[in-house]
Amino acid sequence: MTSTITDAKRHYGYQDLRRLMALQTGDEKHDGASTSTLDVLWVLYEQILNVAPERAEDPRRDRFYLSKGHGPSAYYAVLAARGFIPASWLSGFGGVGSPLGYHPDRNLIPGVEISSGSLGHGLPLAVGTALGLRAQGNDARVVVLVGDAELDEGSNAEAIEFAGAAGLAALSVVVVDNHSSSWPWHGGLETRFSVAGWHTVRVDGRDHAALARALRRRETAAEPNVVVADLSERQR
Amino acid sequence: MREQFAQTATGLLDEDPSVAVLLADISAGLFAEAARRHPQRVINVGIREQLLVDAGAGLALSGMRPIIHTFASFLVERAFEQIKLGFGHQDVAGVLVSAGASYDMAQAGRTHQAPGDVALIDTLPDWVIHVPGHPSELDRLLRAAVGGERPAYVRTSTHQNTRPQPIDGRGRMTLVRAGSRATVVAVGPMLDAVLAATSGMDLSVLYAATVRPFDAGTLLATLQTPDVVLVEPYLAGTSARCVSDALAHRRHRLLCLGVARRELRRYGTPGDHDRAHGLDAAALRASLDAFLSAQCVGGTSPS
Repeated sequence: MTSTITDAKRHYGYQDLRRLMALQTGDEKHDGASTSTLDVLWVLYEQILNVAPERAEDPRRDRFYLSKGHGPSAYYAVLAARGFIPASWLSGFGGVGSPLGYHPDRNLIPGVEISSGSLGHGLPLAVGTALGLRAQGNDARVVVLVGDAELDEGSNAEAIEFAGAAGLAALSVVVVDNHSSSWPWHGGLETRFSVAGWHTVRVDGRDHAALARALRRRETAAEPNVVVADLSERQR
Repeated sequence: MREQFAQTATGLLDEDPSVAVLLADISAGLFAEAARRHPQRVINVGIREQLLVDAGAGLALSGMRPIIHTFASFLVERAFEQIKLGFGHQDVAGVLVSAGASYDMAQAGRTHQAPGDVALIDTLPDWVIHVPGHPSELDRLLRAAVGGERPAYVRTSTHQNTRPQPIDGRGRMTLVRAGSRATVVAVGPMLDAVLAATSGMDLSVLYAATVRPFDAGTLLATLQTPDVVLVEPYLAGTSARCVSDALAHRRHRLLCLGVARRELRRYGTPGDHDRAHGLDAAALRASLDAFLSAQCVGGTSPS
């Protein structure tokens, strides 16, 4: 879809995100899946990712894959705040004429790199993209956001094992851990990455400075990186 | 045919830096030398078929042309959602190349058989489906698929015809034999058995190595009597909808021969399974005779 950004020059900050989300949901009560990702998304787009609306086709841009595609209103709010989509789109959320659905479609929304919704696809897709960029001598990063319960999907295990073995240092995963898995591995979330050879770190999922430190490019790293963004259950 | 696949794919790796081959252990030995030459573009993910297909789609998202290969049962059936979402919903192209076909590995049992693969891919829009009947056809079709813009499924088999048929590059069917009583469409490896079964009969035989898009134009242009027989090496009737669409404006009869839905629960050889599914030359002849004398119930048991 052609981008027709009408308010790209309007500057939005973190303080505006809840209002941008409210444009979609109609009130101030946002579902947990969406609000849990808000701080991670903001830190990624404001401080970490080498992306910009005018560089949507640049092969050297970083790739951000929102694998946890449900509850995307925080994602859409951040995309609007950063000028990828007009804020005027937000109020159409879920409507038949709106490009903004309950799960994002990369073919409808500027700046969206993958269409997601069915859990367990973003990380395997990102492994392929990291392999492809490496084969092309392209040092762009690939960052994937998954949920802790999403890791229940076995397809992630295939990707975690292989990415570690293949030394995909350009790949980073952010796990938004809002403790929502029905059958959690207590203390095992990082373990399943570390045994596959990943660098792991757990930080407070609302602490922007800590998230930014953990997500910065690790120049000399030889292995992929996972950042667990911890949210207590009441913070969902 | 699998050796030809490796040879052609290796040639494509050598010629085009955007081509990558993804494997899940199956056929890795055939790509050992190619992997030495192109270590970042011959990628064996191990026994991880969900990753195999999604990683292929991820490579396509990065601008590359992935060729993704394993047995049909694991490539198409096990990883079907990855095909549907990784390629279709993302709207990127790749080439899936399967081995094993319907029952090439009859001795291995049902777990290694995939007669429903083409029918499954056919639930998705815009896929090109090639079913070569000879290694030299595979070479042409694989090159066309990798050079094309659309996602493609290439079905290889150990079952092949004695001689190759010409491949015109536009996916058109070939008129192998002209007759007037009915038209038999033989798909890929079924051609030799169809030619043997129809020997001496006044029938047209069309050969299809590309089944999607279905070449309705050639069928309509060569059709005399509107009686059509489909002989497919996978699930019987997989292309029935295409023939029905092509002949929607004409009264016609259609006989669909292929692999039955029922599970055979037998090992043995591919030839044993051909006979069990009514796909050997003698059984095909009997089904054709019955159809032409208007008493046909089909060559396979109701299922």
